[in-house]
Amino acid sequence: MISGIGCSSRIPAYSSVYGFHSLHGRALPVATGLKVARPDLTVIVAGGDGDGYSIGGNHFLHACRRNVDLTYIVMDNQVYGMTKGQASPTTPADWDKSKLTPHGTGVSPFHPLAVALAAGANFIARCYAGDPNGTARVIAEAARHPGFSMVQVLSQCVTYQPSQKEWKTTVRKADVTTTSDVELAARWLMADDGLSTGILYIGHRPVYRPELQASASIDDLETAFVV
Amino acid sequence: MAGDTVSIAITGAGGAGVMTAAQMLLDAAATAGLYGLMARSSGPQIRGGEVAAFLRLGAQPVNCLDDRFDLMVALDWLNVERFAGEIVLDADSLVLCDEGAGEPPPRIVASGARLVSLPLQETVKSLPGGRLNMLGLGLLTGLTGLAEEEVGKVVAKALKKRGQEVLDAGLAGVGAGIALVAAVDAAACRLPEGSRGDARWNISGNEAAGLGAVRGGVRFVAAYPITPATEILEWLAPNLEKVGGVLVQAEDELASINMIIGGSFGGIPSLTATSGPGLALMMESLGLAVASETPIVVIDVMRGGPSTGIPTKSEQSDLNIALYGLHGDAPHIVTAARSIADCQFTAQWSVHLAEQLQVPVIVLTDQSLGQSRAIIDRPADLTFISRRETGSAGVADYRRYALTASGVSAMAVPGMAIGEYVADGLEHAISGRPSSAAEDHAAQLDKRARKLELFDYGQHWADVEGEASLCVLTWGSCTGPAREACARAQARGIATRLISLRLLAPAQEERFAAAIDGVDRLLIVEQSHSKQFYRYLRAHYDLPRNVRL
Repeated sequence: MISGIGCSSRIPAYSSVYGFHSLHGRALPVATGLKVARPDLTVIVAGGDGDGYSIGGNHFLHACRRNVDLTYIVMDNQVYGMTKGQASPTTPADWDKSKLTPHGTGVSPFHPLAVALAAGANFIARCYAGDPNGTARVIAEAARHPGFSMVQVLSQCVTYQPSQKEWKTTVRKADVTTTSDVELAARWLMADDGLSTGILYIGHRPVYRPELQASASIDDLETAFVV
Repeated sequence: MAGDTVSIAITGAGGAGVMTAAQMLLDAAATAGLYGLMARSSGPQIRGGEVAAFLRLGAQPVNCLDDRFDLMVALDWLNVERFAGEIVLDADSLVLCDEGAGEPPPRIVASGARLVSLPLQETVKSLPGGRLNMLGLGLLTGLTGLAEEEVGKVVAKALKKRGQEVLDAGLAGVGAGIALVAAVDAAACRLPEGSRGDARWNISGNEAAGLGAVRGGVRFVAAYPITPATEILEWLAPNLEKVGGVLVQAEDELASINMIIGGSFGGIPSLTATSGPGLALMMESLGLAVASETPIVVIDVMRGGPSTGIPTKSEQSDLNIALYGLHGDAPHIVTAARSIADCQFTAQWSVHLAEQLQVPVIVLTDQSLGQSRAIIDRPADLTFISRRETGSAGVADYRRYALTASGVSAMAVPGMAIGEYVADGLEHAISGRPSSAAEDHAAQLDKRARKLELFDYGQHWADVEGEASLCVLTWGSCTGPAREACARAQARGIATRLISLRLLAPAQEERFAAAIDGVDRLLIVEQSHSKQFYRYLRAHYDLPRNVRL
C-alpha cells in the first residue's frame, strides 16, 4: 500500500501490509514503479484530495491514462487537514474559513471523477466513509478490476469542515446502474452534485503491463558495439 | 598520450548530414584498426540549425580532443562563426571549403590556415542524387588516406536499407570527393597505420552508461527525455527489455524519480537518467530515498546551466547540487565518470554501491562524454559480488531500520512472509513507525551516515598517477585533457602527478591525504565558472598552500 502525505496517507501504518509512506503528491508514481517492476503484487494507493489533485495532479492525469493495474483510494474531505484547514482543489469556491483564503478561493472546485473519466481511468466509483462496509465492497471490486481504478471516498473532516456532518443525510446511492458507456457516464457525472455513491463506470481498456521476459544475455547486448 | 593523431572539424547547416559523415568516418577508421573520438557541437535548438562534428583519430586510444585542428571541412559557411571559439586553427591547419560559398569568415582567415576552395556544390549537382555530406566523406577519405574500400563498406552498411539508388549515389559522392582532393597536399592529415588487436568497441558515453547500469543489475528504469541524457534512456528502452527488464516513460522528472523509488522498494534495482534541470526537480525525492533507505541511481549528464542554459554543450556545474542540493542531513553518494569507457565502470559501480548501502547514488557525467563516441578497447568485465541485504523470510521480530554495526539493515522485499514494514520518509523508529523522538532521529541519522562512512570503497575512489610534487587535481571529463597535458609535460621533462576523483561523496579524507602527500604545487582543473570543485576540495580536504585554478 503506497501513500503520499496528509491525514489519509498515514493509512499504511494502520494496515498489515508492505507499505510506503512517500512524499506529498508522489504516491501514484511510486505505486506505478512498484507495480510495473513487480506485476505479481497487488498495489493499492491511498491519499487525500490535496495530495492527489493539487500537488500530485499531473500524476493523477497520467496514472488514469497509463492504466497500470492500481487501485487509487482518495479520501476526499475538501480540505488540507494536516496543515490545519486550508482550501483544497475540491473545496467550494466560497469557503472562507481558512486564514489563507479569507475571502474564499474564488476558484471552481475540481471534479475528480469527471477528470478521471476524461483521462481514461478504467473503473470509477464514489463511496462514503459513513458506510464502511459498502466502501470495503467497492474497494475489493476495484482491486479485482484490471487497470487503473479510481475510488473517491467522501470522508468527513469534522474538525475543519464541520458542515460535512450533513453528509449523513445528504449522501445517497446513485440513481443509475454501472455503465461502460463513457458518454453516458460523463453526462451523469457532470449533472450530479458529487454526493451520489456507487460504481459509476467500468471500462475495458487494455492494461499497461509490460512483459518481463528475458530474450537475450548481456553479452548479446554488447555485440552491437563490437567493431 | 594519444601519439600521432589527426584532428578534424566538419561544419555545415543542420540537415546537411555532417554528423552522418563524421560517424561514417569514425566507423571506417575503426574498421581500419584505428582508435578515435567524435564529439558534437550544435546550437541550442538541438535539431536543425548549424552543427559541427569534431574527430580525433590515431593509432593509440584517444581520450580527448586535441587543442588544435589539422583539418577543417566546411560544407558551407553558414553560422560557422558560432563555432570559431571551439575550432582552433593555425598556420599548419588546412581548411577545405566550397568555392561558391563566398568569402571565408574573417576569424578563419585570421588563423593563417591554408585555405583550399573546391567546387563542392557544383560537383554534387553534377551527380545524380548527390549529397553534400557524402562528397564531404569522400574529401575526408582522400585527405586522411583511408582506403576507399573500407569507407565504402561503412557507407553500404548505412545506406543499403534505403535502396540501391541511394547507395550508388552515396558511393559516387565518396568517389567524387576523393578525386577532388587528389591534388591537395595534405601530409599532416594522413592517418597512421591501424592495428588489429583485441576486441574494440564503438560506443558513446551514454550507451556505455546504459550498459553499465544493466551490467550492475538494473532492471527497472523510468525516463523523462532531456538533452543530453536522452540517449541513455533510448539505449535502455529496447535493451533492458531484452534482458527481462522494463523502461517506463514518465510524465515528468518528479514521476520518474518516484517511479524508480517504487520499483526499488519492490526489490528491483532501479535507475533514471537526467540533466541539471531534471536533477533539480528530483531533489525532494532523493531526500525520500535517503530517509527511507531505498537504493536508486540517478545519472546526471551535465550541460550548461542554470535554467535551460546551453543544453547542447558540456559543463561540470551540477557538482554543487549533486553534493549539497538535498534538504536536511542527507548522506548519499556522488560518483563521476572520467571517460567514455569509464561511464560503464562508474555506472556499474554506482549500482553496486546503491544496492549494497541502500542509498541514492548520483552519477555525474556530462555532454562531452555522453554524446561523444569513441573507439575503445573492450572494457574489462567487472564483477561486484555483493548485493542488497534482504534478510530472510520469517525472521522473528524483523525491524526494517534496525541499528546494526555497519549501519546497513535488512530490507525485506514485498511478498516475503513476515517482513511487512512501512518504508517512510517521516523520521521513524527502528520498526519504521513514525517517530519524532530526539533519540530516534539521532539514532537514524547516525545509522544513515555510518553505513557510508564505514564502507570500504577500495581503490576505485580515484586514479593517482605519478609521484611528483607538481600535481594536477581534477575530476570527470576534464581527466582526459589533464592526463594528456601531464604526458606532454613529461615529454618536456616536467614530472607531474595526476589525481582524478571518481568518488566525490562521501569524501575520502585519509585516502586523499595519502594521495596528495608530498605535493607542493597543485593545479586544479575543472569546468565550472564558480569554482565548484575547488570549493568542494577546500571544504573537505587539506590542500597544499600553492594552489592554482
